[in-house]
Amino acid sequence: MFSDLTIVSAIDLLRKRKLSSLELIKNCLENIRKKNAQYNVVLSVVDEEVLLKEAGEADKTDFSLPLSGIPLIHKDLFSTANIRTTAGSKVLNSYSPVYDATVVRRLKEAGAIIVGKANEDAWGHGSSGENSDFGPTLNAYDKSRVAGGSSSGSAVAVALGMCLASTGTDTGGSIRVPAAFNNLVGLKPSYGRVSRYGIIAMASSLDSIGHITKTVADSALLLSVTAGKDPYDATTLDKKVPNYPQLLKRKDLKGIKIGVPPEYLNVGRKVTPGMDKKLEQITESSLQKFKMLGAEIVEVHLPYTEPALETYYVLVPSEVSSNLSRYDGVRYGNDRTNFGDEAKRRIMIGTYSLSSGYYDAYYKTAQKVRTLVCKDFEKAFMQADVIFAPVTPTPPPTIGEHTGNPLSLYLSDIYTVPINLAGLAALSLPAGFVDNLPVGIQLIGPQLSERKLFQIGKSYLQE
Amino acid sequence: MKSKVRYEPTIGLEIHCELRTNSKMFCGCPANHFGKTPNTQTCPVCLGLPGALPVPNRKAVEWTIMVGLALNSTINPESKFDRKHYFYPDLPKGYQISQYDEPLCFGGFLATSSGKVGITRVHLEEDTGKLQHTQLDGQKVSLVDFNRSGVALIEIVTDPDIHSASQAKEYSQKLQNIIRFLGVSDCDMEKGSMRLEANISWGLGLGYKVEVKNLNSFRFVEKAIDYELKRQKQILETGETPRQETRGWSEKTNTTMTQRYKETAADYRYFPEPDIPPMEFSKEFIARIRKTLPELPQTLVERLVKQLKVRGDYAEILVSDKNLLSFFEKALEIAGKSQIGADVLAGYLVNSKVDIAKTSPEIFISLLHKQKSEKVSDISLIDTWVKEALENFPDAVTDFKQGKTNAISALIGYVMKVSKGKADAVLARDMIEKSLKKS
Amino acid sequence: MTKKVILREKEVLHVSELAKLMLSQKECRIFLPQLSAIINFVSKLQKINTKGVVPTSQVTGLVNVFREDKIDKSRILSQKTALKNKEKTHNGYFIVPAVFGE
Repeated sequence: MFSDLTIVSAIDLLRKRKLSSLELIKNCLENIRKKNAQYNVVLSVVDEEVLLKEAGEADKTDFSLPLSGIPLIHKDLFSTANIRTTAGSKVLNSYSPVYDATVVRRLKEAGAIIVGKANEDAWGHGSSGENSDFGPTLNAYDKSRVAGGSSSGSAVAVALGMCLASTGTDTGGSIRVPAAFNNLVGLKPSYGRVSRYGIIAMASSLDSIGHITKTVADSALLLSVTAGKDPYDATTLDKKVPNYPQLLKRKDLKGIKIGVPPEYLNVGRKVTPGMDKKLEQITESSLQKFKMLGAEIVEVHLPYTEPALETYYVLVPSEVSSNLSRYDGVRYGNDRTNFGDEAKRRIMIGTYSLSSGYYDAYYKTAQKVRTLVCKDFEKAFMQADVIFAPVTPTPPPTIGEHTGNPLSLYLSDIYTVPINLAGLAALSLPAGFVDNLPVGIQLIGPQLSERKLFQIGKSYLQE
Repeated sequence: MKSKVRYEPTIGLEIHCELRTNSKMFCGCPANHFGKTPNTQTCPVCLGLPGALPVPNRKAVEWTIMVGLALNSTINPESKFDRKHYFYPDLPKGYQISQYDEPLCFGGFLATSSGKVGITRVHLEEDTGKLQHTQLDGQKVSLVDFNRSGVALIEIVTDPDIHSASQAKEYSQKLQNIIRFLGVSDCDMEKGSMRLEANISWGLGLGYKVEVKNLNSFRFVEKAIDYELKRQKQILETGETPRQETRGWSEKTNTTMTQRYKETAADYRYFPEPDIPPMEFSKEFIARIRKTLPELPQTLVERLVKQLKVRGDYAEILVSDKNLLSFFEKALEIAGKSQIGADVLAGYLVNSKVDIAKTSPEIFISLLHKQKSEKVSDISLIDTWVKEALENFPDAVTDFKQGKTNAISALIGYVMKVSKGKADAVLARDMIEKSLKKS
Repeated sequence: MTKKVILREKEVLHVSELAKLMLSQKECRIFLPQLSAIINFVSKLQKINTKGVVPTSQVTGLVNVFREDKIDKSRILSQKTALKNKEKTHNGYFIVPAVFGE
């Protein structure tokens, strides 16, 4: 029964007193006890006594808050006061934040109970989970496969019942990929929709703060709590937050135009030759599903798809090299020799791109191509409401498949990174299985289109 | 020195002033850090904790624009912050949020008695923490305090338009005065709320310039520049080019000493600050700020001279100190009723060296009245005192003749002392000046 | 085809010094082929015609976001809290090995 629970159904049962928060928390802890050693999902668990006490407190209320008594896990990039926060890196192995991220605070104030901190690619660098300094998280469906990254632990924690939902960050696919690889719903909100304050920065102008859930309805509920302007983050949008959970209903998809870019499939094949045929089939049948729901499929063009990947791998390392400068061991953390290989690579690529003599050719050029990528999407959204795309070119790879060849791993980000460059919203949805391995598809919308994405996603999943 | 190349003292000044805003530049911590217990005024933002984000202080931006307007600069209609990267223990993020290619203000000038000094730019940035060097358990260590980290700092850079040490001093004093009049900074060199660096060479085309730091008084500014020019001249005369480097003024040795020899210029890897949206300023907005500017020193001097008929040099002295000027204006109001003219009042105020902190304009005026009736105006008596003064202070005489007009106060002071305050100060000054001009 | 970019070991060393990564020469040698491959990959950007294109730094479209000049007591850390993540401190100060030259 617990494995079928969603936040929405749990809250309903809690309010009807058919379930207690204590039972929920105990169940989560049990799953952590049983499975964490094997799957390497959570790096820190909150003290059991504390959790039971919080659950007990929640049980005394009438569960009137949006997330009363609901167990959540935060990606280890989220500052959680007095709870160890590592960013998946040895540099912060024993770091304990002295403040809560805004999102952490908002979720707490909505009644949620933090159970623990999820493993991830160190600093968010990666799309498989293999760049964690604490060992990779394994795919919940197949232990020989990657969980996807960088929010690897976040996804697997939900899949294995260690919590009902988890937070994540998405700078180039880091929520969408692990969600797709573990049969879950992953939301990458528009850049600026959710506050970044307190979340360890990877690439400041691309980092998007979202979450991984079992259903679209759960995703909408969480966003209604986390979204909105934050005086502590100057890049948060000041637009009103719609009541997402109340706006999910939609009879069918008549009148919705879904854009399909031929570049995505073609480029995907070019960039990762031998794009998985079975995945292509699932992607195609997903598209058919939208058609059957009444949507119109239109062709849109995104000619700067391939350059988007190159742009991403200049701009992101550049911002990374800057954001990781504060880790000098003076006020917290271990010294810079503790950075892992991928972090060192990105810092060096970024430093090179920003350095004197190279700035114009690399950083400034990449910023210009970023403009072209944005314009691609602007044009496309004049012809379609949302854009349909795969999430990855392959089902979850085996662990170690890309080791020694970081560039090959970068190439698999082709479908996810353009969205971050343009600051758009995207929702990844479970699309089925290839050889018993979960795969997903994503819906991409313009800035602040989360409401529409939720509606279409909910229809697609027949929730 | 090569005969064909033109040699001229070429000096540019970079001045940083701490703004006296309530809160820091990018967070809500108190900006007033002087004398506070270490690390008690920090937050995640100014301590550079993981995940913290900067949000700019509106008042700091407006005040920087005010300084630019006061210096006749152009306000950039579009401006932004940039990250400037370097590693140092007092720089918590490993980069300073500053401004690179789109500063808030650019261009402008400040007039000095030896010509206009062009202003290159005025921009806004955050301050670093403070380092203290000491020994712990026999090891040399540095102690870091982040109370100052994040305080709003204005940076004013001049064109290399300054051609003498005394002009540099005059520029610095006038700039300090303008900023104090605007009320945006205490601009106190001793407390560190005004910091000065000089770039010195004997010409722009010579392929070098020397940066001099650790100048924490106007006196040192002058001495250091004079010393540097002399030192560089000696090198140039041997046919060599002085090394491009950073030197620090040493009070102990009265010389500049090598601090940092950089083979290559620092690579700060500037790029636009992604955490802060850009700024745009409309003409209307800038006009509104301009309206809030108080009367500036230059205008005030003009008004005192033209309208109130105060002597030029008295006017300059009164205007050089906000508090003194305010005292004068109040005293004038009172004095007006009893026929003491503005110029005479100014003279008394300037020459009697009254401690305005310990008295009030009312008391001062009444004292004046009392003294006037008791004043000694006997010219021959004053003449004796003047002769004594000149004999007892030969250095002051020399200084005055070399153009250091302030030196006269030592002589006036003596006359007042020996006359037990009864000498007519204005008359005394007049007579001293005449004597000095004669000899 | 863009001309292949050749990254040299001394450039890797220079960049690692700028970034204070303290890599040994051996480590630089190990990273060299990986970094070269990545730089070559991203260098393809230079082929694209970006004449007249304005660079994008931010995607929100926001301008003039400020805070008022008020003290925010809620975020000020006590000295103890500020120093919490460092085991060794001295009389309320953070300690670093001596920095020379300034």
